Amino acid sequence: MQAVLASVVSVAFHGAALGMILYVISVGLSVTMGLMGFANLAHGVFAMAGGYVLTTAISRFGVPFPLALALAFVLVGAASVVLERLLYSRLYTASDLEQVLFTIGLIFIAVAVARFIYGTLQQPVVLPAYLKGQFSLLGRDFPTYRVFIIAFSAVMVGLLWFGVERTRWGAMVRAAVDNRAMAQSVGIDTKKLFTLTFALGSGLAGLGGGLGAEIIAIQPTYPFENLVYFLVVVAVGGLGSLRGPFVAALLIGIADTACKYWLPQFGAFPIYVATIAILLWRPAGLFGRHA
Amino acid sequence: MRHTKKSAVMIALLLCAAQASAQTIKIGSVLTLSGPNATLGENMDRAIKLYMKLHQDKLPPGVKVEVITRDDGGPNPDKAKQLSQELIVRDKVQFLAGMTWTPNAMSSAPLSTEAKVPMVIMNAGTSVITTMSPYIVRTSFTLWQSSLPMGTWAAKKFKTAYVAVSDFGPGHDAQAAFTKGFTDGGGKVVGEVRIPLANPDFIPFMQRAKDAQPDAIFGFVPAGKQATAIMKAYGELGLDKAGVKFIGPGDITTDEELPNMGDVALGVLTVFHYSAAADRPANKAFIAAWKKEYGENSTPSFMSVGAWDGMDAIYYAIREQKGKIDPDKTMELLRQYKSSTSPRGPIAIDPETRDIVQNEYLREVRKVGGKLENVELETVQTAVKDPWKIINNKK
Repeated sequence: MQAVLASVVSVAFHGAALGMILYVISVGLSVTMGLMGFANLAHGVFAMAGGYVLTTAISRFGVPFPLALALAFVLVGAASVVLERLLYSRLYTASDLEQVLFTIGLIFIAVAVARFIYGTLQQPVVLPAYLKGQFSLLGRDFPTYRVFIIAFSAVMVGLLWFGVERTRWGAMVRAAVDNRAMAQSVGIDTKKLFTLTFALGSGLAGLGGGLGAEIIAIQPTYPFENLVYFLVVVAVGGLGSLRGPFVAALLIGIADTACKYWLPQFGAFPIYVATIAILLWRPAGLFGRHA
Repeated sequence: MRHTKKSAVMIALLLCAAQASAQTIKIGSVLTLSGPNATLGENMDRAIKLYMKLHQDKLPPGVKVEVITRDDGGPNPDKAKQLSQELIVRDKVQFLAGMTWTPNAMSSAPLSTEAKVPMVIMNAGTSVITTMSPYIVRTSFTLWQSSLPMGTWAAKKFKTAYVAVSDFGPGHDAQAAFTKGFTDGGGKVVGEVRIPLANPDFIPFMQRAKDAQPDAIFGFVPAGKQATAIMKAYGELGLDKAGVKFIGPGDITTDEELPNMGDVALGVLTVFHYSAAADRPANKAFIAAWKKEYGENSTPSFMSVGAWDGMDAIYYAIREQKGKIDPDKTMELLRQYKSSTSPRGPIAIDPETRDIVQNEYLREVRKVGGKLENVELETVQTAVKDPWKIINNKK
C-alpha cells in the first residue's frame, strides 16, 4: 500500500512538472488560434528560441539564471513582434492551407538556422546550485528544480488568469475572441491587440522553452518533435480558452509520466489513444467554444 | 607556346600512369556524424584519421588507403543499408567499417555477405551481429562481455538490484547478461524497465527505480549525451544520497562525457574493456598522440579505441596480402589477428566466432588531479570471449 501511494505521488509530481511546462509553452498557441484563427504550427520555434536564449546566456555570458529566464521571455516576445508585423499579418485573411504551409516553412528555416548556429547537439543546461539537489516535503525528497518549475509556472498561470479575467486588456481580448467584428465596431483596436497578444503568447512559449530545457531537450528539431504535444494540448483543451489547455496540459503531463512509469513498453501510444477518444467525445475540446 | 602545351600533356600523362601503378584500397566507413549522437561517430572518425596519419609507413610500398566516410545520422537501419550499398556498388570499397549502432550493422550485414566485402564492426555491441554474416569481424566489444562479469561481481556486494536499459539490441543484451550473472550469484532483481531509445527525460524511469528501493541500479544507455542525462536524473532524485549505487557497463561513464556529468558520477562502478585513464604504456602513447592532434581538452572514448584497433586489423590484412585484397583471404587473416599494443591491453579475434577477445576491468569514477576519471581497480577477467556465444553455442 505504502509503495502504491509512493508511486502515485511520484507520477503526480513529475507529471505536474511536465504539464506545467507544456501549458506555459502552449497557452499562447491556444489564444492566438482562438483569437485570430491562425494555425501557427511554428509556435514551437518560439519555445526552442527561448531555450537557446537561456542556455546561451548562462553558459556563454554567465548571466544568472533568473535574469536568463527573463531574457528568454523578453527577447522571444520582441522577436515575435517583428515576425508578426513582417510575415504573419499578411496571412491573417489567407486560407488555412496557406497558413499551415507558411508556418511549416518557418519551422524548416528555424531548424536550419538553429543547426547552423548551434550544431545538432543538445544544449546543456547549467542550473545554479540553489536549484540543484532535493527538497524535502512531508518526509519525501523531491528534485528541487522540478518543485521550482511547478511553483514558478503556477505563479505565471495566476498572473495570466488575473490579466485576462480582471483587467481591461483581458476584457478586450475576451471580447475579440467571442466576436471580432463586434469588438472592432465598438472601437477596440484589434490589430494592436493581436500584436500584443501574439507577443505575450510567444514570450510565454520562450519562457516555457527555457524553463523546460532540462525536460524537453533543446536541439534543432525541437519544433517538429514536440509539435504534436503542443497541438494535442490545444486540441484537447479547446481553442481560445485559458482553462482548457491548463487541464489538458496537466492531463497529458500526468498521463505521459504514468505511461513511462507503469507501462514503458507502450511508449507514447496511450496518449494518442486518449486524445482520439476525447476528441471523438467532444470535438471542440474539453472547454472549447463551438465554432 | 606549342612546346609548353605538349610538355604539359606529357606531364599529365605521366601523372596518370603513376597513379594507376600506386594501388589504392578503399574503406567505406558508416558512422553517426550528425544528430543528437554526433559525438559518437566523431570520436570514431577521429581515431580512424589519426591511425592513418601515424601509420603510413605500415603499408606495403605503393599501397594507399582511402577512407570514404558516410553519415547515417543515428540508429537508422534503412539509411545505413542504403549507404553501405552505395559504398559497395558505386565506390567499390574493399572493406566496410565503422557501424556505430547495432540496427545499422544488422541491416548492412546481408550486403557484406552478398558482395563478399569484409565488414569491420568498430562499435555496435549486440552479440548476435557477428553471426549475421561470415564476412563480419568485430573489434569493439559485446555487452555480454562486460555485463555478465558485472552481475557476478555485483552479486557479492549487493542483495537486490533494479535493471534499467535502453530498449534496443545492446540494452536487451546488457539486461540478460547482468541478470544471469547477478541471479546465478544469489542476487535478486527487484524490478526492470526498458527505456525507449529516443528518450529525453529519464526522471520517471529513475523515480520508479528509486521507489523500488534496490541496493543498486544496473543501467545501460548509449554512451554520450544519453549517459549524461541518466546520470543527472540519478543525481537529481538524490539516489546517491539514498545509498543506491549506480553500476553498469562503461557506456554510462564514457570518458569524454565525465566532465559534463559532474560530481554526481563519483563512485559509480562499471565493468568495461577500456578507460582513457588506464596507465598501460600503449594507452599513454595513444592518449598523448590524440591530445597532440585534437587538443588537450579532447578525450578519446572506448569507441575511438574500437575504431583504432579496427584500422590496425585492416592494415594488418592489407600488409599480409601486400595490397592485393581477396575477401576470403582477408577474413582468414582477420580471424588470426592479435595485438599486444592496443590501448586497452592484449586483444585478439576469436577465430571461431570472429568476435573480439579482451580483458575486462572493474573501474570506479574518482577525482584525480581535479578531473573525473574511470580508475581501473582490478582486472575482473582476462581474455574474455563473448559469453553469449559460449552459452548459446553460436558461431
